[in-house]
Amino acid sequence: MEFDTIAAISTPLGEGAIGIVRITGPDAIKIADDIFQSPSGKTLMEVNSHTIHYGFIIDKRENKKIEEVMVSIMKGPKTFTREDVVEINCHGGLLSVNRVLQLVLTKGARIAEPGEFTKRAFVNGRIDLSQAEAVMDLIRAKTDRAMNVALGQMEGRLSKKIRKLRQEILEVLAQVEVNIDYPEYDDVEEMTHTLLQEKAKYVKNEIEKLLETSKQGKILREGLATVIIGRPNVGKSSLLNSFVHENKAIVTDIPGTTRDVIEEYVNVRGVPLRLVDTAGIRETEDIVERIGVERSRKVLKEADLILFVVNYNEEITEEDRKLFETIKGMDAIIIINKLDLPQKLDIEEIKKLAEGRTIIYASMKDDKGMDELEQAISSMYFKGEIETSDLTYVSNARHIALLNNAMQMIDEALFGVESGVPIDIVQIDMTKSWETLGEITGDSVHDELINQLFSQFCLGK
Amino acid sequence: MQTYEAGNFDVIVVGAGHAGCEAGYAAARMGAKTAMITINLDMVAFMPCNPSIGGPAKGIVVREIDALGGVMAKVIDKTYIQMRMLNTGKGPAVRALRAQADKVLYQQEMKKILENEPNLKLIQGMVENLIIEDGECKGVITKTGAIYRAKTIVITTGTYLRGEIIIGELKYSSGPNNQQPSIKLSEHLEQLGFDLVRFKTGTPPRVNSKTIDYSKTEIQPGDEEPRSFSYETTDTITDQLPCWLTYTTETTHQIIDSNLHRSPMFSGMIKGRGPRYCPSIEDKVVRFHDKPRHQVFLEPEGRNTEEVYVQGLSTSLPEEVQHKLLASIPGLENAEMMRAGYAIEYDAITPTQLWPTLETKAVKNLYTAGQINGTSGYEEAAGQGIMAGINAASRALGRNQDVILNRSDAYIGVLIDDLVTKGTVEPYRLLTSRAEYRLLLRHDNADLRLTEIGHEIGLISDERYKKFLNKKQKIEDEIKRLKKIIIKPNEQTQQLIASVGGSELKDGIRAADLLRRPEMKYDHIKLLAPSEIELDKEIEEQVEIQIKYEGYIEKTYQQVDRLKKMEDKKIPADIDYDAISGLANEAREKLKKVLPLTLAQASRISGVNPADISILLIYIEQGKIARVSNE
Repeated sequence: MEFDTIAAISTPLGEGAIGIVRITGPDAIKIADDIFQSPSGKTLMEVNSHTIHYGFIIDKRENKKIEEVMVSIMKGPKTFTREDVVEINCHGGLLSVNRVLQLVLTKGARIAEPGEFTKRAFVNGRIDLSQAEAVMDLIRAKTDRAMNVALGQMEGRLSKKIRKLRQEILEVLAQVEVNIDYPEYDDVEEMTHTLLQEKAKYVKNEIEKLLETSKQGKILREGLATVIIGRPNVGKSSLLNSFVHENKAIVTDIPGTTRDVIEEYVNVRGVPLRLVDTAGIRETEDIVERIGVERSRKVLKEADLILFVVNYNEEITEEDRKLFETIKGMDAIIIINKLDLPQKLDIEEIKKLAEGRTIIYASMKDDKGMDELEQAISSMYFKGEIETSDLTYVSNARHIALLNNAMQMIDEALFGVESGVPIDIVQIDMTKSWETLGEITGDSVHDELINQLFSQFCLGK
Repeated sequence: MQTYEAGNFDVIVVGAGHAGCEAGYAAARMGAKTAMITINLDMVAFMPCNPSIGGPAKGIVVREIDALGGVMAKVIDKTYIQMRMLNTGKGPAVRALRAQADKVLYQQEMKKILENEPNLKLIQGMVENLIIEDGECKGVITKTGAIYRAKTIVITTGTYLRGEIIIGELKYSSGPNNQQPSIKLSEHLEQLGFDLVRFKTGTPPRVNSKTIDYSKTEIQPGDEEPRSFSYETTDTITDQLPCWLTYTTETTHQIIDSNLHRSPMFSGMIKGRGPRYCPSIEDKVVRFHDKPRHQVFLEPEGRNTEEVYVQGLSTSLPEEVQHKLLASIPGLENAEMMRAGYAIEYDAITPTQLWPTLETKAVKNLYTAGQINGTSGYEEAAGQGIMAGINAASRALGRNQDVILNRSDAYIGVLIDDLVTKGTVEPYRLLTSRAEYRLLLRHDNADLRLTEIGHEIGLISDERYKKFLNKKQKIEDEIKRLKKIIIKPNEQTQQLIASVGGSELKDGIRAADLLRRPEMKYDHIKLLAPSEIELDKEIEEQVEIQIKYEGYIEKTYQQVDRLKKMEDKKIPADIDYDAISGLANEAREKLKKVLPLTLAQASRISGVNPADISILLIYIEQGKIARVSNE
């Protein structure tokens, strides 16, 4: 929709230590205020224009501090877009900037399309004529690209699930509608609060599952926390280097307690890996030695994927066995490195210790095995079903925001049911939820409901 | 045929059905010298189908017509045989009145009112041609050669345009109820370049009340509580007649199955598109074959007639089969069929050829309203009629102030916007689900939404307006009072709350907050915190609804506000869609056809996606800048 409130990360992804979430539109300040907490207790609604404020971004649902920020408030028309503009300066790198953006999106902002800030500026008379054509081209190009993404995802499980969910909501809506428009029609069960509540809870549960179990979504959002482990000199840093060489690495540092832990992002066939503690590997080549057993356990525990390197040229040691013990039951790939050297490793025992997990034979020195490893990682997380290059960051963040919004509306519907609000009013929120889900699959057509009404029920005089 | 000059008017309305009556009445009341020309003056405000007015969404339209200063509500209030409030168990947004009409009295009452309008002339005649000069409509010519000239013309021809009645294998040229059809006018519209479509609708048989065994049916009485459509009605009719409910049987369905080959619907004889909203009984049986029975309502057509309308049995099966169908229904075994049911096919114009004022794009000063625009239903027709009448009169009187209702103003706004923006592929019926702001478009607040507009146009008298302002003030004051006053948790309060099953108060509570509890009604609050002045029921109801649903109403207003900027962005009349690079082809074609007035209207056209809207917006702004720099 035009003229609504939009938001985006306005700094290049992953680069630099500061990330800015920018919001523009009529509700910009209200939305920012809604998630902002100042130590002095002031609210952003009351501050002067063109001022900057220190405080925290809070997730009120979980009552959690997300990020320490500086927030700039700029009221229109003296802004880039001539609307109210808020810029949230985050220190936290990709992960926390993303979380702040997600939070902004759940509060009613929409994620900006490419070029949309510029478009706003133009439409509000801020930019000269010559730029108009460029913006139009951008919108058209973007739409074509979005169409590709949409088509790619149509086959995906997400849209299939959402379609199914929407159909179920639609049947509920049709049932409510038929009670309203044909009050004397006797053949349809009256939609009761209990029935509606049951359905709403079911839908909510499904959306939650989508949000939670959508592993791909999480991976794309945050990267897969990946730890490379192994005894000294097995080739961990060679592995890291080949990842980094083949894939553009993005380096960020995470503040706070783990400031000393350096992470690197690499993109392996569409799977973003967040390589944890790469500094450790670089410096000492041994995570356990460097950060101590307790810490390493913690790092391991939080990992999504473990790359365990063993040496083909050495016998299995007690330490290897201990590491295998530590990663029991976790997603891991075993890499047997140094295939170019004579075998001393007991492969049979490794197979046993691996407990069915993938084993890759590699020689980092000769560049052998990397393809197989990347293939293994890719198929582990996408099961070969999704062409990940289609899942751009933007559409992904958008989907998550839409799912969150849809869930909020279901929550409101449930709240309405509990407060004894009449069904036809509760239905307003159900309908919105249904429409919001439709934005993900691109089929938010209002006539759908009327069509459903007349195919589901035999109505009329 | 030799022609002659028969008179000059400001506004001519062709047709005197439900659209025509409102159009003529509104135009005349606004001060325009108005003529209504109809084929048969005995058919003014005739109900060719069901003898009822109102129902969900439709009933609210009748209230809206009244709030704007129209006539339908007043006439039905004087002539109903039964009145019921529907959906009382649901929220306030979907409550709606429905009246069973005495269709003969309804006609008489309407005709009387129209005849008593000083600015209005009723004329019998069949309009066959329009006088068009320089793309403008200047008058009409009747079959008898009379030339009537006017500044604006409203066409409300219902199902008369090239009407054809179909009963089984029989098909003949006819308007509804065997009236003369209008053939030439349809051809003339085609010549003028209008795109016509063929629609179909139907009606059930009527039976003699004396031959019905009512003991086999269920009684459906009217409401005990007095009800009325018009905000001005003070006297209600207490002597109500009941309707009766019965059902089709397996035998009914067998008869239909074995005679389907004789049904024009299935033999291919009927090509017109029928409404899904009132399917024929054969349609219902075929499409929902598993359903063991269908409801059949027996509705009296009036107080002074024995004819009973068999609602639910709309059919175009042969007359002989209709006799058998009736006999298969409990209570109707020996019923005498007085008139057979029939289907009727007719021409309608594709409504995307209209501006939101209901003026045609192709011919200036020509307006169309009602079934000719592809709708079905008396209320839908009347709603368009009043708007076409208002706009035609406004133009004729030189006011040049177009009156367009928004989707958030009225169901009438939803109806007309749907028609002119999206068009329709079947006879269009209003449903509550068509309104995205249903919570704002309530039965109870039609006056609050529209009286202001009605007064400004000149259809609402100063006296009525003053009364309205007074009511509005009282509502606001009472809401303010309840939001301020604190109810203490004393014994009387706790007892009352307990008696309705609510949980005990711990502290004092604002009266408004207490009213928000689902179990509380205004009547309870009134006991705990009585108002100093006496308030009527209507005001109390309004206060209760506005407080109870404040959160939801507020949320809906926010939605409306969000779209407001897009509603306010006007698209210049001289826009050249071919010159806008980047529009998708489908969007370009649709935009060229619909010619939306605002960006919001453009965004509602199917096939125009958000990217096209963005491009359109930029183009419009670009044009503004270009214009400024040229000057």
